[in-house]
Amino acid sequence: MWFAMDIKKTRRVSKSVGIALLTGMFGVQLAHAGKWLPLNKDGLHDRRSPGLELLQSPQDALGSLPTDTAGNKVNWSRAMDERLIKPRGALAGDKKVQILDLNIVMTDTAGHPNVLFPHKVHTQWLDCANCHESLFKSKTGATPVTMGSILRGEHCGVCHGAVAFPLTECRRCHLLPQEG
Amino acid sequence: MQDTNHRTILRLLPVVVLLLVASAAVRAEFGDIVLNNVSEQEGMRPVIFQHWFHRIRFQCRVCHNELKFEMRVGATQVTMDQISQGRFCGACHNGEIAWTVENCDLCHTGKPGLTTRIQGGHQTKGPGIW
Repeated sequence: MWFAMDIKKTRRVSKSVGIALLTGMFGVQLAHAGKWLPLNKDGLHDRRSPGLELLQSPQDALGSLPTDTAGNKVNWSRAMDERLIKPRGALAGDKKVQILDLNIVMTDTAGHPNVLFPHKVHTQWLDCANCHESLFKSKTGATPVTMGSILRGEHCGVCHGAVAFPLTECRRCHLLPQEG
Repeated sequence: MQDTNHRTILRLLPVVVLLLVASAAVRAEFGDIVLNNVSEQEGMRPVIFQHWFHRIRFQCRVCHNELKFEMRVGATQVTMDQISQGRFCGACHNGEIAWTVENCDLCHTGKPGLTTRIQGGHQTKGPGIW
């Protein structure tokens, strides 16, 4: 009898834990994964702020762009390649931006797939000086980059996890099988 | 009967707590930034800067190279004086490219008490030093 009771109790507990987890996940889902919340529900904007209703909503700005599963839920590079957005490269004038089409492979990855760093997509947004020589030395391999440093917001982590796709997306960088 | 009620409440407690946590969390967009180094000291709401809005219109290099914004939240000390003189935000927010500095309420929209940092969604949670 006590055995049966215990099982019943355990079932109840696991049921309530299950419900809690599901509800929590649903809540988080609603809170975060949802496409885009209006500004007055984002937890940052003051609902009483008089200018709020004049600002563009994320849904309005991002809703028609190619989607992604992480970050802003927008595939920014595709949006730019497909000319759905045409972000200016300079404040004024037709300054030609310098695009470098050079891939760097990083192989010191502790057994994880090697990292492919494409300069092209980075130089479509950034100037060389944004990374070189302060964050990264120009010489390949001369800067000791680790996941630790990235997670601390150094090196790649200056942007990735902040404004560029987040650090949950391992395979977007670690995408080349190790040789041998 | 009362005992059963108590148990039900106890069972529902984690659900309620999780719901509260989920609803109280910041659900801002990835890359949203709170700037409050001086705003509240000066009697204004914090500024909410939204990368998603700006990157549709400008490449990163414009602000982070041409306009000399550091790539670290709060590292660049920006004051209204500088903005009025056409530096930082003022390079665009001058009535020609974007709204002028007189439109205080369009930038100073943040909840009081927010601290300067990236506060965007749950994936903007890597390092604590942004």
